[in-house]
Amino acid sequence: MATVFTPHRPEELSEIVRWAAANATPLRVLGRDSKGGLGRPVPAEHELSLAGFSGVSGYEPSELILTAGAGTPLAEIEALLAENGQMLAFEPPDHARLFRASTSPPTGNAEQPERTGTFGATLGGTLGGTVASNLSGPRRFLAGAARDHFLGFRAVNGRGEAFKAGGRVVKNVTGFDLPKLLAGSWGTLAALWEVTVKVMPVPEFSCTLLVFGLDDTGANRLMSTAAASAHVVSGAAHLPARVAARSAVVKATGQAVTALRVEGPELSTRHRVAALKTLLADGGRAGIECDELDNPATLVLWREIRDLALLPVGGEREIWRLALPPASAPGVIAHLETMASAIAWLQDQAGGALWLSCPAGISDAQLRSALLPGGGHATLWCASAARRAAVPVFHPQPPALAALTRRVKASFDPRAVLNPGRMYSDI
Amino acid sequence: MQMPAPEPGILAQRDALLAELRALLPAARVIADAAGLRAYACDALTAYREEPLVAVLPDTVAELAGVLAICHRRSIKVVARGAGTSLSGGALPLADAVLIGLGRFNRILDIDYANRCITAQSGVTNLALSEAVCARNFYYAPDPSSQIACTIGGNVAENSGGVHCLKYGMTTNNLLGLEMVLLDGTVIRLGGKHMDADGYDLLGLLTGSEGLLGVITEVTVRILPRPETARAALLGFASNEDAGRVVAAIIAAGIIPAGLEMMDRFIVAATEAFCHPGYPLDAEALLIVELDGPAAEVDHLLERVVAIARANGATSVRASTSEAERLLFWLGRKSAFPAVGRLSPDYLCMDGTIPRHQLPHVLQCMAQMSQKYGLRVTNVFHAGDGNLHPLILYDANVPGELARAEAFGAEILTLCVAVGGVLTGEHGVGVEKRDLMGTMFDADDLAQQMRVKCAFDPEGRLNPGKVFPQLHRCAELGRLHVHHGQIPFPHLPRL
Repeated sequence: MATVFTPHRPEELSEIVRWAAANATPLRVLGRDSKGGLGRPVPAEHELSLAGFSGVSGYEPSELILTAGAGTPLAEIEALLAENGQMLAFEPPDHARLFRASTSPPTGNAEQPERTGTFGATLGGTLGGTVASNLSGPRRFLAGAARDHFLGFRAVNGRGEAFKAGGRVVKNVTGFDLPKLLAGSWGTLAALWEVTVKVMPVPEFSCTLLVFGLDDTGANRLMSTAAASAHVVSGAAHLPARVAARSAVVKATGQAVTALRVEGPELSTRHRVAALKTLLADGGRAGIECDELDNPATLVLWREIRDLALLPVGGEREIWRLALPPASAPGVIAHLETMASAIAWLQDQAGGALWLSCPAGISDAQLRSALLPGGGHATLWCASAARRAAVPVFHPQPPALAALTRRVKASFDPRAVLNPGRMYSDI
Repeated sequence: MQMPAPEPGILAQRDALLAELRALLPAARVIADAAGLRAYACDALTAYREEPLVAVLPDTVAELAGVLAICHRRSIKVVARGAGTSLSGGALPLADAVLIGLGRFNRILDIDYANRCITAQSGVTNLALSEAVCARNFYYAPDPSSQIACTIGGNVAENSGGVHCLKYGMTTNNLLGLEMVLLDGTVIRLGGKHMDADGYDLLGLLTGSEGLLGVITEVTVRILPRPETARAALLGFASNEDAGRVVAAIIAAGIIPAGLEMMDRFIVAATEAFCHPGYPLDAEALLIVELDGPAAEVDHLLERVVAIARANGATSVRASTSEAERLLFWLGRKSAFPAVGRLSPDYLCMDGTIPRHQLPHVLQCMAQMSQKYGLRVTNVFHAGDGNLHPLILYDANVPGELARAEAFGAEILTLCVAVGGVLTGEHGVGVEKRDLMGTMFDADDLAQQMRVKCAFDPEGRLNPGKVFPQLHRCAELGRLHVHHGQIPFPHLPRL
């Protein structure tokens, strides 16, 4: 009979995993299961929920540190931080809408956002799930990913042993940096129950410079120029016209929109937006058509980008995430356009993240081969369970690296009881 | 501090090993004479010395892989070394280990402005990266104080920081890709020019792994556009508490300075005498607060910092009005170690991190310890991120003083852990803090780290005797005791 274990104490968590290891019984590890649709399906009868480890146990705003149970809802963390003028600077996205759309039959309202009232808060996942999946948003290229803000943890490995790593201070090199390894391991190495993260002040003001009508190549160059400037751009995304048309904020323009976000003290922000305009016009783009977007429109637009609210989902579509050298994006897009006409995409992180909404069943090998010239990797972010079981969800690794990955997995979870198969079929 | 006893079985192979290495590398790059080996006997932690079995200087990845394959086949230990600037003994040789010097891996391979990154061999110095891109107004952000000499490969191995890492992060936050060779000669490439390497974050694991997992041969790091401007404030206070309160208030105001340094009265006097930066000699604690970014923002935030300082009883306040003045403010801080070196024959530089609000308590305890051990201690402090550098002054020529200084240092670091901090903020564990790992980690914590080491180096031949206080065989660590039992916790809620 299928069981959902929901331990509330680390000793209980240890006991459950020890039992699973003894019997080589796989467990599907989850927080609130908001990202259960990402990764290969885990063939586990039993589930291990970490939702019981909920609550903030330490928060020192002036130390820029927060410690909480791994199962604490992200919404709760973000609300608490917001009360203190702080945030998770890596801008964790809420992709629950995508996974709902891909796992439920297409209905007219699949795209209706499910949100709490608090700005920045989401109903989505947990803090532990956020770091375990290393999810980050548009600010990533400036502020780092979840892994860059993940300072320490307590967890139980696949042997059922409780262990900890990292610390509760922002600067620490004591022992191996296991938080980095756990970030993005999708629950395949250890079950996290307590997490310490670095937090940052919310910028006093933010403003978005919109540039209209560029193609992907022109937009990529513009974003590159902006990111290479001293004006500290914290968001750089390009929305082709049909993607921009889905935005509540910029759809009226009827054109492609390139968005550059600038944050900081208001005086500085205004100054930099003006300087960016001059710089971009001087770069041979005299007469660029542009506009400025203050709050709250800026917040809404970047939330739309962060959560992929602008890409068509559900039904016969699947979402891919490409991480690539930023300047490679136009070439990759050109390649993709030859593969299928119905691909919709957006460039985020100044071109370093390319999000695709593709017709289901697109050739994964062909898509991945588009990345070969510059390097990078592609993840099947959202698709039906059958499809995720059939194609490599995470980018296939060369043999030597794959072998090392298997050894690292075995060093935490020798009986392969934690989320087996979620990342690769053999770990 | 004790290193693993040399294995007679390795020492006995020396001649045969030399013959094999000389067949692979030109004679000049296989160093076996006593005078030649002496140059590698220590790194910047000079209190510990040992001459390696042999030192080799490979020139290419193929040569390096060849050296490692020979060592692997013969089960000979290996220690990799960049520029030898480690302050924790990370590159300390072993009498039964081959020392691999990576100084010849000194080429910058690719500068890619469109993707804002630079790729270099691991022996290129930290500063050379910034210099290679400065003409286009870029730089590499992490700036350890040894940046003129330390190598980027060593920076990755130690996850080096610097005075600007509060705002710009440590090495790990600026690294995009690397190439390394495992002990069995396997070449592995991680990441590339893109963000977020795929699969497990082995890039993050390798960073700060202190040479225990693989030998790094090539590194790709992000380069950043130079800030438009930088200005600094020099703030004097009558007490450490006042200075600490200002640091907390600056952060609480949502300001993340590019640098936030604190110096105690002793350092202020020592540096003022050494290089005359114009520091206020009446200050019990002195802060340097540096802001960088767009000029409009820097001016505005510096005003706010000055206002916060005045509101919290600063006894002296100066804001830099020129680049020359800003550099003068830093001159004293950057000369802190030589300035202290002039006043004491020897000193130990410690490197704990504490939650910042514990600073007054920790300084008070250190003053008591100073009495107890009969040794002077003085402090420079990366105040923004809580990283303490107590300098313990001693004289190695006085019998027993080094041992006393080491015991003093160990007590300071133990205190750092006790108040919620960590043993090392940026210098690494190495051999220096190895035996203190147990104050921060229990047996299960350390066993998991050592198992990760086994995934890379099952024979434990790469940089042994560093980081982990006890050596365990991988087979022993991997053993799993299973007890088949009933489904646990029948009382837990389940669906």
